[in-house]
Amino acid sequence: MQSTSNPISTLSLADLPGPDVAIRRLKHPGRWISGGLVILLIAVIGRAFAVGQIQWTVVGEFLTAGVIITGFGWTLLISACALVLGVLLGFAFGIMRLSENPILRFAAWLYVWVFRGTPVLLQLLIWFNIALVFPKLYIPGLIDARMVDVVTPFVAAVLGLGVNEGSYLTEVVRGGIGSVDKGQKEAAHTLGMTPGQTMRRIILPQTLRLILPVLGNSAIGMLKFSSLAATIAMGEMLNAAQRIYFINGAVIELLFVCAVWYLAGTTVLSIGQYYLERHFGRDAATTTTERRWFKGWARRPAVTGEA
Amino acid sequence: MTLAVKAVGIRKSFGSHEVLKGLDLDVTYGEVLCILGPSGSGKSTFLRCINHLETPNGGYVWVDGAIMGYELARGALQELPVKRLRAQQSQLGMVFQHFNLFAHRTVLGNVIEGPMVVRGLSRADAEARAMGLLEQVGMAAKASSYPSQLSGGQKQRVAIARALAMEPRVMLFDEPTSALDPELVGEILEVMRNLARGGTTMIVVTHEIGFAREVADRVVVMIDGEIRENGAPQQVLSNPDDPRVRTFLSRVLA
Ligand SMILES: Nc1ncnc2c1ncn2[C@@H]1O[C@H](COP(=O)(O)OP(=O)(O)OP(=O)(O)O)[C@@H](O)[C@H]1O
Ligand SMILES: [Mg+2]
Repeated sequence: MQSTSNPISTLSLADLPGPDVAIRRLKHPGRWISGGLVILLIAVIGRAFAVGQIQWTVVGEFLTAGVIITGFGWTLLISACALVLGVLLGFAFGIMRLSENPILRFAAWLYVWVFRGTPVLLQLLIWFNIALVFPKLYIPGLIDARMVDVVTPFVAAVLGLGVNEGSYLTEVVRGGIGSVDKGQKEAAHTLGMTPGQTMRRIILPQTLRLILPVLGNSAIGMLKFSSLAATIAMGEMLNAAQRIYFINGAVIELLFVCAVWYLAGTTVLSIGQYYLERHFGRDAATTTTERRWFKGWARRPAVTGEA
Repeated sequence: MTLAVKAVGIRKSFGSHEVLKGLDLDVTYGEVLCILGPSGSGKSTFLRCINHLETPNGGYVWVDGAIMGYELARGALQELPVKRLRAQQSQLGMVFQHFNLFAHRTVLGNVIEGPMVVRGLSRADAEARAMGLLEQVGMAAKASSYPSQLSGGQKQRVAIARALAMEPRVMLFDEPTSALDPELVGEILEVMRNLARGGTTMIVVTHEIGFAREVADRVVVMIDGEIRENGAPQQVLSNPDDPRVRTFLSRVLA
């Protein structure tokens, strides 16, 4: 009997096939089975939705209803404003977090502690009811108004979401600034650059490149969290949907309408984030042309190398 | 023999650790001064005190008619606002052991940053001058590369050009070749030799005894935060008076 345990040593050179010998790949029956099961599961769930008590015509009808589109517009506006506010606060407090001044450092720490440590829904409700604490907003020569008139549901939503996001971004910015090596700061000082110039021209541009991928995540999260504003009577999309289904009773249909729009929004943002990460997520070893794309203003040198 | 830098009684402590114990040093224009000494003797700290990257706890540094970081008012030294200190610092070019190039700027971008932002030169003027300096250190062909695309020796040559771009009165070097592979040391020493020949005033902290012997006009040996020897290279290196300097030199020359 020939040994099968060591086929290599029993195959003589004379028996070797030619170079065009057919190759049979290993079969993976397990993959087919598991794949089949998953497809089956999806089909079952899909069927349940299809034949369940969902009137798909209603979903289709309200998908483009004016109220929903307007609501989605508010959703986008709240998200965008809150993100901008969050980024501004994140940079301001992130820089303060590293200040020489212990009071400023403490203030930034306090900000993060409070706003990262409490639920954002709670913060929204507090902003919405802020008039109970500060009945009037009075800045001499600038503003003198009743707080309820100033903090509309929209303002409360933007403040609530933006200030909360800012507390997360503060930590991100602090980490980003800390990761720019200290030597570059010293080099800038020996060239005579002031602390402000060093921050703006040397530290922050490198920080920005590091935190841009994080901002993509923030944007996606913000779009979804904006739905919390529905609880403070802000007429964004979820609130609009709720007002409709209180009347017509098509609860699940209208929630699905919202789901479709949120998914559409987050998909667009995810694609954007993918491209952002492709361009900024890498380390400094990116090639010259790619970095030029980032620095649209980085013109070609006026004098090019002679050699 | 005009005086360029005068350090007077420089003291510096980190916590309870006294690193510099009252150092005096004079450097005249056109002079090349090498600072030698064992690791931890405070050479870097002294250099960093000279350009106020570290603030001395006592003593002061006079550079070309002004006291770094202070102004003399009613018999006392009044600390200057940071902006004026930076203006003084830009008179001293600094070359670091680890290059410290701006990672997000090209080679050319690194060199024009100071002249544009601090001196207010136009981009065109700054670039024209920067290209001349890059030519001088043999880096003109790499003007549009980023630091991450350069070898250590190339980075250090760019760092030298960047410091020179501010037209400093004095160039300070803190072990400019210590982070380099041995075969790259030569190219940096060559650039420095050329600077010395061109009359640039330089204070060089180095472990390159050969460079000190050949290029320096004067050699200072620091031990434990004190200057133990200060004189002509051949005298200090071949025939030091101080026994601890003799032990140090016999170890590094062995
Ligand atoms: N920022 C700092 N904080 C605390 N201690 C420091 C600091 N910088 C330097 N030291 C201490 O001061 C002493 C002198 O350091 P310094 O870097 O000046 O030495 P050096 O002569 O340059 O040594 P080397 O040849 O290794 O570079 C060392 O004991 C070091 O630990
Ligand atoms: Mg040192």
